[in-house]
Amino acid sequence: MSSIEIIALALGALTIASALMVVLSMHPVRSVLYLILTFFLISANYVLLNAQFLAIVNIVVYAGAIMVLFLFVLMLLNLSKDNEPRASNIMKLAASLAAGALVIVLVAALKDAIYLPVVENVQGNSQGLVENLGQLLFTKYVLPFETSSVLFIAAMVGAVLLSKKEKQIID
Amino acid sequence: MLRSANFVGLLYLNLMSDVQDYIPIVLQSLVVLAFVVGTLVFAPKLGPKLSSAKKDANWECGIEADGNARFPISVRYFVIAILFVLFDVEVIFFYPYAVNFQALQLEGLMAVLIFVGFFLTGFIYVLKKGALEWEK
Amino acid sequence: MDTGLLIEKIVLIVLLFAVSLGVAAYLTLLERKVAAWMQDRIGPDRAGKWGLLQPLADGGKLFFKEDFIPANADRFLFIIGPGLAMGFAMMTSAVIPWGPNIQAFGRDIALQVADVNIGILYIMALSSVAVYGIMIGGWASNNKYSLFSAIRASSQMISYELAMGIAIITVVLMSGSLSLREIVDAQHGFWNDGYFTWNFFKQPIGFIVFFVCTVAELNRAPFDMAECESELITGHHTEYGSMKMGFFLFAEYVHLFIGSAVISALYFGGYNFPFMDYFSGNTLAILGVLAFFVKTGFFIFVIMWIRWTLPRFRYDQLMGLGWKKLIPISIVNMVITAVAVAFASGWFSTDKKDQTEPASAKMEVVADKQKLTLNQSTIKH
Repeated sequence: MSSIEIIALALGALTIASALMVVLSMHPVRSVLYLILTFFLISANYVLLNAQFLAIVNIVVYAGAIMVLFLFVLMLLNLSKDNEPRASNIMKLAASLAAGALVIVLVAALKDAIYLPVVENVQGNSQGLVENLGQLLFTKYVLPFETSSVLFIAAMVGAVLLSKKEKQIID
Repeated sequence: MLRSANFVGLLYLNLMSDVQDYIPIVLQSLVVLAFVVGTLVFAPKLGPKLSSAKKDANWECGIEADGNARFPISVRYFVIAILFVLFDVEVIFFYPYAVNFQALQLEGLMAVLIFVGFFLTGFIYVLKKGALEWEK
Repeated sequence: MDTGLLIEKIVLIVLLFAVSLGVAAYLTLLERKVAAWMQDRIGPDRAGKWGLLQPLADGGKLFFKEDFIPANADRFLFIIGPGLAMGFAMMTSAVIPWGPNIQAFGRDIALQVADVNIGILYIMALSSVAVYGIMIGGWASNNKYSLFSAIRASSQMISYELAMGIAIITVVLMSGSLSLREIVDAQHGFWNDGYFTWNFFKQPIGFIVFFVCTVAELNRAPFDMAECESELITGHHTEYGSMKMGFFLFAEYVHLFIGSAVISALYFGGYNFPFMDYFSGNTLAILGVLAFFVKTGFFIFVIMWIRWTLPRFRYDQLMGLGWKKLIPISIVNMVITAVAVAFASGWFSTDKKDQTEPASAKMEVVADKQKLTLNQSTIKH
């Protein structure tokens, strides 16, 4: 086993551990903190795969923007101790059954991918560097690129609707 | 000590040049982590420690606190955060273009101008609908 | 990369760490001196000559103060908050090129911790995660004023990040790289081909947008909605004491130092200075570092000057400036720059003969690079 494989394995284990902490932590704000840590570790994985631009975009967009949104949502909700929803045992059983079913589906879907050699072949590949990525994005994939902006406008319409709703409440 | 240094050196050799650039960042984060954790653990031990119900209460201008600070905030902030996520992703798209600006020539410029058009359409829509108005 | 390079990097990291902390400590003194000077006072002058020992006295005092945690605060997050603020602040300096390469001990030492090819995005990323220190700290205090401060500050910081990102794009567009080293090297000297080389003279509007956004990101007056002494009783660190509060204060000054360094690297040539071609070797390196620190110091002073001159914005004015003015200005500036550069390169001319073909040339370079890296990896295996 080469040293890069050891690093990749250790990093993978850390990533999974911190991702587990996201779901195991009982406190929503702490979960968000662990999720931020997970994004940083995923970025480290991207760097190992030589996808540097993706690594930094992952931090800017996910750790820097979407997690701020998550925290705002948590602060928007009422987090007082007294009105915390209490889960009954049947609910817990149902939740674990549903989650278990999801795990089976995911493992079934990913079982072919697991046996692919992960690290070795990617090392010589410089596709993830920003120059090459830009070349591809603006030549071969220019249509999906333009289409994504329409998607953004759709999302903006949704956000604007949200802000309209509050006004009615105030009135 | 020397042997462990050699081991780290070997690690270096096996990594590719681009990935190698990040090792100093990892080292710096370790130094910073050690400093921050060390200070947060040891500094509190230096000072005195006194506590009482009145002293440990929150300080809200000297008036007795009414309830706690776990109440819902205005949805405005939430809308701002959603719009920020959307525009941030759009802005990120410009970076690979800016790096390849000279290489992509006119076709790239046209693609980006169309994208900027969509960006501005969305922006003007948000502006006209008053989502950014703070108070009305 | 070998063990020597590793030791060199570790020395550089420790040195940079010490310099950042030292500069931040003395910026607290400088701020008080500048404020005193502008308000016709004397300022701190008891600890040492001209109060030069004041930062040490302040630091010592903070260490020996009682470490206070409110009874109904979230203890874990309350402790994590200042740690995050300080940690992210200290990490930003990694990609800044502090000077030209220096020759020592028979080695060519780069005065930059990590020359990554996404350098400027690294700074963007760290400034976008810097909100968590304030947000977590303010929320965990369980104080209403701290909560307001945390939400206001994070909302403000994410709003100004957008315009900042677009302003940076124009700089990247002209230098063709995200690496800070290359952006600085593209501004070599001061005067070339009948025009200034520094980005400020090519991008004055971009500079103004970037500068305003930097001040807003630093949470300094007139954008100090996070602290707001008169209405939020210093906001997110109301409940903090001892070194935890010290971390918040220090993080602010480290950000001020690094932010000014980024401004001078992006727009004012970094370590480049006029007539630099008459020097070489270590003389050039030392003068370059000095030039960089002089520029950084100048911007630190300007930002302090602004703080003690302008009153604070109202919150809706602040958000209005960020969203309705700076974003449109910077995006129009970006489009104009792109079209102007395209026009100057003759992309719009119908006469195709004049055009060289950098597109294919670039492709070849990329292909060569790929081949090279492939060769390297085959040799290794």
